[in-house]
Amino acid sequence: MRVFDPHIHMTSRTTDDYRRMADAGVRAVVEPAFWLGQPRTNPGSFADYFDSLLGWEPYRASQFGVRHHATIALNPKEANDPRCRPVLDLLPRYLDKDGVVAVGEVGYDSMTPAEDEAFGTQLALAREFELPALVHTPHRDKAAGTRRTLDVIAESGIDPGRVAVDHLNEVTVGLVRDTGCWLGFSIYPETKMSPPRMVEILQRYGTERVLVNSAADWGHSDPLLTVATGEAMLAAGFTADDVDLVLWRNPVAFYAQSGRLDLSDLPAPEPSYAGSSLARGGS
Amino acid sequence: MRADELRGALPGVPEKEWLSDAEARVRTDPDQLPALFARAGRKLGRQPLADRPDWTPGLAGRVLLLLAVPHKDDRVLDLYWHGDTGERLAVLHALALLPIGDAGVPLVEDALRTNDTRLVAAALGPYARHLSPATWRQGVVKCVFMGVPLSRVDRLDERADAELAAMLTGLAQERAAAGRRMPADATALLNRIQQKQED
Ligand SMILES: [Zn+2]
Repeated sequence: MRVFDPHIHMTSRTTDDYRRMADAGVRAVVEPAFWLGQPRTNPGSFADYFDSLLGWEPYRASQFGVRHHATIALNPKEANDPRCRPVLDLLPRYLDKDGVVAVGEVGYDSMTPAEDEAFGTQLALAREFELPALVHTPHRDKAAGTRRTLDVIAESGIDPGRVAVDHLNEVTVGLVRDTGCWLGFSIYPETKMSPPRMVEILQRYGTERVLVNSAADWGHSDPLLTVATGEAMLAAGFTADDVDLVLWRNPVAFYAQSGRLDLSDLPAPEPSYAGSSLARGGS
Repeated sequence: MRADELRGALPGVPEKEWLSDAEARVRTDPDQLPALFARAGRKLGRQPLADRPDWTPGLAGRVLLLLAVPHKDDRVLDLYWHGDTGERLAVLHALALLPIGDAGVPLVEDALRTNDTRLVAAALGPYARHLSPATWRQGVVKCVFMGVPLSRVDRLDERADAELAAMLTGLAQERAAAGRRMPADATALLNRIQQKQED
């Protein structure tokens, strides 16, 4: 099983995690810029964080044979802090970097006017820099938040095929499925979404445009739950090719739309999988 | 590599017209440099060059962009401080070719403070002649420590002195105490320094 985790905050994880992930088949990750648990009080803190996502962290990952890309954005929670708003002015320079494969995480936390503005501005940046967008949906008031998220995406004019709406569950998947956006599911150790529930969603809605991630960070989370989901799929009767589609080819196809995804230094995939031509992107 | 060697290494690169256009643009409008410099990596390609496997078209193209831009000092510093690792490597490789005197020293010192072997190795290229002997020696010992081949260090034998030998001897003793070996190129360097002192 080869696994691409399309949403994981490796900055918060140890080298032991990298080793366990590589041993279990995780060969590539995307690390979205997000909230660090402790509020930041000035744009310089973000600049150092973004530099780390494009410098030290990919190097650290490479020591374990894992390919690391990033998404860059001002996250919705900190978009509410006036001291952090100037981060929006830093973004254009970062969005031009080779290692950036999407704008994200953008979206809503508490659905405030400040979040509205940051979300809209950053979807426009995604269009300007020809990048996909990774959209976080709120954990509180999720269904209403997801509906409002989809309205903003539609108004922005971005191609829905270049948007992943993340942290979906049984209640919100139906809202997103017919919009053309990609469906992101974060698998957590408890609550939210588990491997067996994910398998049921795949049985009901199919594998098309589905992205499965661990969203592992500094909280209670597990970077191997992508692998566990693949095993649960096999146990439920999905084929190895289904698992490869969901855990590798789908995330590759989504992020390859950036034209910057570079998986060229990874070992060649098994010959039965022809999807690898997507991996290098165009541009 | 010199500028003419860089250009000579690029004929097989399909996107070299993108590069000629980008060079012309930064000559007339240097404010376009940051965006063009950032994009050069993926536009020109990241595969090793046929004749120089330690270089890529993207790296060579970025160095040529730096050579093309007028009024370089502040722009070069800005590209490093706002660059990702690939961009920083290109700036470090370009320093020795640019007429900027000692202005690049803080960049090289920064690269030597990192834990990224690519940056540390690039910091000890030809521009390292601007580094103080103490900083340079620390850089060489750091290479040994991190396993960077000493062949990457410019003018190694010319600058290697008794103080460097003392530092390497100390490292060798620590390694021996831990049951670990010194890299062969470091032991060979130590022997050459000691030989030179006896002559
Ligand atoms: Zn996240």
